[in-house]
Amino acid sequence: MEERPFNDISYERFLSEEKLMGSRCQKCGVFFVPPRVICIKCYGTEMEWVEMKGKGKLAAFTCIAIGPPLMIKEGYDRKHPYVSGVVELEEGVRVVARIEGVDGSKPETIKIGTPLQVEFLHRGEEKNLTTFLTFRPS
Amino acid sequence: MRGRRKLGRGVAVVGAGMSKFGMFRDKDSKYLFAEAFNEMLSTVDKGIDPKDIDALYLGNFTNDFFIHQGHWGPIISDLIGLTPKPATRTEGACAAGALAFREGVFAIASGFYDVVLVSGVEEMSKRNTEEVTQGLAMAASPYEVKAGFTFPGVFGAMATAYFAKYGANREHLMNVTIKSHNNARLNPKAQFNVSIRDIMNQRIERAKNRGEPVPAWRDEREFLRDSRANPVVAWPMHLYDCCPISDGASCVLLVAEEIAKDFTDNPLYVVGIGQGSGKGLHAKEDLTHFEATRYAAQEAYELSGLKPEDVQIAEVHDCFSIAEIIHLEDLGFFKPGEGYKAVEEGLTRLDGSKPINTSGGLKCKGHPVGATGTGQLVEIWKQLRGEAGERQVPIKDLRIGAAQSLGGTGGTCTLTILERR
Repeated sequence: MEERPFNDISYERFLSEEKLMGSRCQKCGVFFVPPRVICIKCYGTEMEWVEMKGKGKLAAFTCIAIGPPLMIKEGYDRKHPYVSGVVELEEGVRVVARIEGVDGSKPETIKIGTPLQVEFLHRGEEKNLTTFLTFRPS
Repeated sequence: MRGRRKLGRGVAVVGAGMSKFGMFRDKDSKYLFAEAFNEMLSTVDKGIDPKDIDALYLGNFTNDFFIHQGHWGPIISDLIGLTPKPATRTEGACAAGALAFREGVFAIASGFYDVVLVSGVEEMSKRNTEEVTQGLAMAASPYEVKAGFTFPGVFGAMATAYFAKYGANREHLMNVTIKSHNNARLNPKAQFNVSIRDIMNQRIERAKNRGEPVPAWRDEREFLRDSRANPVVAWPMHLYDCCPISDGASCVLLVAEEIAKDFTDNPLYVVGIGQGSGKGLHAKEDLTHFEATRYAAQEAYELSGLKPEDVQIAEVHDCFSIAEIIHLEDLGFFKPGEGYKAVEEGLTRLDGSKPINTSGGLKCKGHPVGATGTGQLVEIWKQLRGEAGERQVPIKDLRIGAAQSLGGTGGTCTLTILERR
């Protein structure tokens, strides 16, 4: 499908193109998101890209009141906590992502198992463009 | 695993000491190390000439980043007059000190050295919280950092998964905090050697003296539920679920088993050591356990021939309250999903059937990361030799103690089991 090396650089570029991609081992069929270059199940080295549908459910989360500089710059603080979570994709693998569309100041309203839909959050421009993998309730 | 794990020869602990842990404006890494080293020397019953030490292993994680000096092995070796003997720094994030211990054990077990000093040091408090958070994030997975996770955040997320799976809640985490503070109250080396009740009473007293509104907390739980006293850091981790930023150092003296009695009539023997590595949060098979701790435990139990129930006391890596509960299960002390109940029933208290973190743990004793692994063993040394003073556990025939360390977000975990014979 795509001639890109199976690494984090390619994974990030796909995100900026609004694709959530993983690698699938052509020998045993197991797949990994983010991609792995070595299959840790059968040690196969022939990988192919697979695109995730971008649907999943919330497996774990946290509402962060004291964040790193990047998040503070975006306006998050003790009064406005943001949410990071672990999302179990329909395909059966998990990813870590930002969770939008939920209220970080009311953690009791956020439920494990909530169905989620992928969203790509672009920050910066051109060479400095970074895309954050994000999910929100579907 | 191919074949059974074994040590080439036995290794014994014959001395152990630590500096006070805390936040010190006027003490640097070298000074703290000297404090720990001198105390260690004083604990060797029959004495030791430091010139007999063959090698130094030093756990340290953040000095490159925080004080822009990374090559700490020889600096410490020179400090204590060991040059030109070899000095090796170990890196395993918050388990760095535990790795120094393990490498020291291997160095003696191989027959190469007879006397080895294993240790750790960390100097963190001279940086602001933002810098410390950034520095510690060097030990997280890059995927976690990009998703906004902080260290408390990763453990917070594991807590929500644990709560959902086993029906626990924040109230259960409070039991860990209250217990740790009660233990640390009896430990003069602890950064916070006060109980939660002491802290509450001090705050109430202060409000009265200043003529401010007096908080209406009736007990420790009401204090911990009050978001002004105990604010959210990364929900459900609140301030009192998190270990502090600390400075400190610790030292343990290892010798070959056959010469142990030259140093003391009461040595402790290294009967189990184990180490494992683990994946990032997204790739964990189970969000409520640490695969690295389970592997380390399996290794250590197999080497020692002991079972989890044989371990009478343990120091576990409670960087966050939920971590203590999860470790209790990963080490096999309690079944998966039963750890929080055991804490609630008081089984892990000083007077319980399985006392955990009698020192006050990382939460209260402090967590100068590189010094934590060997610092935990200082507590086990004291307890097994009956030298823990007011916090000595009332277990008859106390012989087996263990210490478990965790580095990063579960990337490196260790278990060490010591025995008094």
